[in-house]
Order: sequence, then structure tokens, then C-alpha cells
Amino acid sequence: MLKSPATHSSTTPLASNDETSKATKSRSDFWLNAKDKYYAWIFLGPSLLILGVFIFYPMLKTLYLSLFLTNTVGKPTVFVGLANYINLLTSADYLNSLAVTMVYVLAVTAITIVLGLVLANFASKQLAGIGIFRTLFSATMGVSVSVAAIFWLFIFNPSTGFLSLVSTWLHLPQIGWLTDPTWAMVAVIITTVWMNLGFTFLILLGAMQSVPTTLYEAASIEGATPRYQLFHITIPMISPTLFFVSIITLIEGFKSFGLIDLMTKGGPTNATNMLVYRIYKDAFYSGNYAQASAESLILTVIIAIFTLIQFKVLEKRVNY
Amino acid sequence: MSISLRNVRKDYDSQTEVLKDVSADVQTGEFFVIVGPSGCGKSTLLRMIAGLTPITDGDVLINDKVVNDLPPKARKLTMVFQNYALYPFQTVWDNVAFGLKARKLNQSDIQHRVDHALEMVNLTEFSKRKPRELSGGQRQRVALARAVASDAEICLMDEPLSNLDAQLRIKMRQEIYNLQRKLGLTLIYVTHDQVEAMTMADHIMVLNDQHVQQIGTPSDIYQHPANEFVAQFFGTPQINILPAKRSSENDHLLTIASDDIEIALNEAVPVAELRVGVRPDQLRVSRTDSVESNAVVKNTEFLGDETIVYATLNSGDNIRAVISGQVSFRAYEPIKVTIGSNLLFFNNQGQRIALSKEEVVHA
Repeated sequence: MLKSPATHSSTTPLASNDETSKATKSRSDFWLNAKDKYYAWIFLGPSLLILGVFIFYPMLKTLYLSLFLTNTVGKPTVFVGLANYINLLTSADYLNSLAVTMVYVLAVTAITIVLGLVLANFASKQLAGIGIFRTLFSATMGVSVSVAAIFWLFIFNPSTGFLSLVSTWLHLPQIGWLTDPTWAMVAVIITTVWMNLGFTFLILLGAMQSVPTTLYEAASIEGATPRYQLFHITIPMISPTLFFVSIITLIEGFKSFGLIDLMTKGGPTNATNMLVYRIYKDAFYSGNYAQASAESLILTVIIAIFTLIQFKVLEKRVNY
Repeated sequence: MSISLRNVRKDYDSQTEVLKDVSADVQTGEFFVIVGPSGCGKSTLLRMIAGLTPITDGDVLINDKVVNDLPPKARKLTMVFQNYALYPFQTVWDNVAFGLKARKLNQSDIQHRVDHALEMVNLTEFSKRKPRELSGGQRQRVALARAVASDAEICLMDEPLSNLDAQLRIKMRQEIYNLQRKLGLTLIYVTHDQVEAMTMADHIMVLNDQHVQQIGTPSDIYQHPANEFVAQFFGTPQINILPAKRSSENDHLLTIASDDIEIALNEAVPVAELRVGVRPDQLRVSRTDSVESNAVVKNTEFLGDETIVYATLNSGDNIRAVISGQVSFRAYEPIKVTIGSNLLFFNNQGQRIALSKEEVVHA
């Protein structure tokens, strides 16, 4: 089963490359030689083993489990076909999770990209002391999820938190950052964006600095304002990077777990009960491994669909 | 649109001086070439005219108005860059239209000007292509079309041909020249290539070592170089510069390269020690026996209609001579080198000494 893709991927490019000659030919002979094939498997072996144990087997096992009912230790008991999936997709609770995850992921991706772009655009200017800002803007890259969560929990704290103090000082109504369902979502989004920003900023800054300066010089001679240059030179020129960053942020958003666990535990009233957090609770709190498996596969399909859409829609607008 | 530079100076961090005291006048419709070796500050000078680099001191005037503090777009000029500065994600047409759209001209005006500009540079049929689908020469023409479409009367070009191969460079040289004449552009053109400077310029500014060495017409610069640097920069093969002394017995007599060559001038030699510049085509080379000879051949280069002879004088000075037609000197063959009538004289500081009579030599 594993044999055919491996041999194909190694022989096809060589065999199809028939424009020359001795080198190619002797190399395809190499692959056809039975004894050398043995060597090939030795070299491929370790990675196939690791992928098999940690990727292929869990994936197949998940698919398998999702078609059964399981007992509390995760052993399959009764085959139920697609019942797990049907249950999930008709459950208001699950659909809520789906909805809040969408809101969260889309908001996080959009805000991260826009803020990253704004910061990178500032930091790409050659100004005195700009290095300090570049370091500060990218600093969150070195912060772990747990530290970020605790840090923001302090800020959001209803009695001693910074935001609460500011509200008091300005005589504004107090916001229950982590206790109000709407604001809890906002709080989680803010924290995630803050976490993502360092990486996004750094990648976008790198892309901006690789745009040839003569493009801007030519544009400024021809009368293009800085704003016009941003939208008509910078953004088109860094579009491959924007594309990359948006996909990474989106996928990371769907996979968000640690922050939710530390900040809201999916609450209040499931307002931040994201898909991955839900899988975790279903599997390891409720012991419902079958349903958790089905949820995992649905999540995989959702991420795949989003990635495909991004490729289809954005690829036309991306200039490589 | 005329351009004037008044005592322009540029330094970085008040320390590294790149240009000192540059003054020049460029008339309307003139093809003005700034030439010099790499690192002489010629691109910096161009960028200062464009307003991309601030000037440290002095004034830049466009149409007799000081523009030192005007941003690039207010100077009403265009610039063609060495790497063409094309937007890779836009078609040829959109590249040419870029500046016009940025300035928010109306649609029909943009259409008209872009089409006209593309026609001028013969790129109409390529208007839908992306820059990466064009050859180097075509990309260069897109950059030219952009300059044409902008309608500015001043055009600055920064080594526009140096990314092209030799054949194409000659072709584009003519195209740029024709375009400049047709549109009556005031063109300031930066290059390190003396051939480009000689063939296209109305006036040449020679820059070296942060200073203007000379400004003049191509023939002026070739025939009356201000100093040794200018003399050596123009003309291939390079001019021969040889040490010379006034003879102690006769002040009209000049001995060149120790006493390998001796010539008599029409007037007294003004200084005791000087340096003589001889263009390679002013040297005569003849076969002789080793007693009569004053040089030996190192090697020769046959170029078709002429041959370059590289030789070493007995004094150890190396010379280059251009002989018409094919001559077959072997290496280490003894030869007799004599000098024709057109000479240049430089003092020990390398400045040219002008003598009162043009033709200075008794043959």
C-alpha cells in the first residue's frame, strides 16, 4: 500500500525526463535494479516509519473510530456508520461551536493581516531608531501561549486589571471581559491577534524590504502619493507573502486550543467553545472518543476547504 | 526647460564627501551626458537633480527657479532607471499608465497618451504582456515609453543601457538619441561608458574623484582634454602618457621616455619636466634591426581594418599603437617607434599645458 506512491514519485520524474541521455538513463536503471531498490527502501524507511506511526496511523484510526460507538477507554463497540456525523451536524451545540470558530478565525486572520501590514509599513521606513520598533513589534514571537494568556488575564481582570482601571478612571461602564459572552470572544480575539502579530509583522516586513526601492522612486517622481504607492506597489509586490501569512494565520486560528483552555475554557455559555477545544473536552472529559474523532475529521475537511478557497480566490490576485 | 547646478556639494554624515563644487548649465533640448568611472558620484548627482537625494550645499535650478526643497513630483521630470523599475504584476500598458493614473488624469487622456507612447517605442503589439515576458531591450523601451507618456520636458537616465548586451546597446543608443531629438527633451544621461557619451552627447560632463574634470562637446573633450584623467578616459585604445624632459642644449627639443624618442617643438618647451600624451593612432611603428630599435613588441591584436601593437620602450614604458591594416610583428621583435604630429602636454600635476601653436612638432 505504501509501496506504490513511494516508487512512483521517485521514478516518474526521471522516466519522463527523456530529453537526455546517458545520465538520465543510467539513473532510471538504478531505480529499476532490484538490488538498488533495496537501498532505496532503507533510505526511505525512517521517514516512512515516522510518518506512518505519527501521521498515517492516527489519521486512519480516527476515521475508523468515527464510524463506531466507543466505550470509556476508547475501544470501538458498535458500528454506526455516519451516525456520529449526522448527530453532530444536527446538534445546535456543535453548530454553535462551528459558528464561533468561524467568527474567531475570520476576525483573527483579518485583524492580524491588517495590523501586521500597518506596522510593517511603518517599520519599513528608514528612520532613526527604527530598529527598536522593529524589535518591539516582533517581540510577541518569543512569547509562549501560556505567558500570553496569563499576561492578558491580568489585563482583563475585572477588579485589578488595567482595562478595568482605565474604565473606572474614564467613568465608563465596566466590561466583563471574560464573563460576558460577546466580550469574551473579543478578549480571545485580541489576545490571539497580539500573539500572531509578531510573526506576521516580521514576515511582512521582510517582504516589504525586498521590494526594489527604484519602484518607489520611479513612482514618487511620477507623482504617486505614499498611500497610492502602498496600495499599488507594496501590496501587489508582497501579495505572495500576504497569501502565505493569511493561510498560516487561518490554519493556526482553527487549531487554537491553549489560549482558550487557559483563558475561558470554552465559556461563558460556550461562547468561545472552539472546535479543537470541543474535541479535547469530548474526548478527554466526556470520554466520547467516537464523536471527538468525527469532529476531528470535520475540522480537517473545513481547513482543507478554506485552504482550497484561498488558493482559488487569491491565486488570481497573487503575483509570483 | 533648462537645468543649472550651482556649486552643488554632497556629503554623507558631514564626513564622506561624494561631490564637491559641481556647477553646470544644461540648455533646453540638450542631450547632456554625465560620465565617469564607478563611484565618482554621477548617479548621486542625477538623483539630486531628481530630488531623490537631498543636496548638502549649493543650488539646483530648473528653469531658473531654485528647486532644492521641491519633492520629486513637483520638479516635472521623468527618470529611467538602470533596472527599468517596471512593475512586474502589471501589463506593459498599465506600467506606462502608472504615473498618469497616480496623478488621476482622465481616462481618455491616459488612453491617448499611453497608446501614443507605446507607438513611439514600437511596443503597441506588446501592450498586454507582463514585463517578464519581454526581452531586455523591450523592457528598456517600456521604461522609455513611460518617460514619453509623462509629457515632462526633462528626462533623467541612470545608466539605462548597462543591463543590455553589446549589440542591443548600440541599437537602443540610437533609439534613445532619436527619441530625444524627436521630442525635444532636455535629457541628462548618466553612464560609465565613454562610447555612449561620445556618440550621443551635445555636452559631456566628466566626473572623477568627487570633482568635475571637464565640461565640453565630445570633440572638445577628445581633442583638448583638461587633464590626464580625461585624456585617458576617452578613446580606445587608451592614450599613451609618457614622461618627457626639455633638452638641456636646445629648449625646443623634447626627449620622451628617457631618450627613446626625441622631438622638436615649434616653440620653447615651457617646463623642464612634463608628460606627453600621444593617441595610439599618432604613433608610427616600423621594423628595424636591434641597434636602431627603441622598443620591443609584446603582442598584437588584429581587429580587421587595423591592428593594435602593444610594445615596451627601452625605458620600460608600455605603449599602444594603432596601425592600419594587418601587420605581422612577432613578440620580442625589435621595432622603431616614432611620434606623429598631434600631441598633448601635461604638467606633473596632470593638468594640460596648452601651447600657443596647435601643430607642435617638426616631423
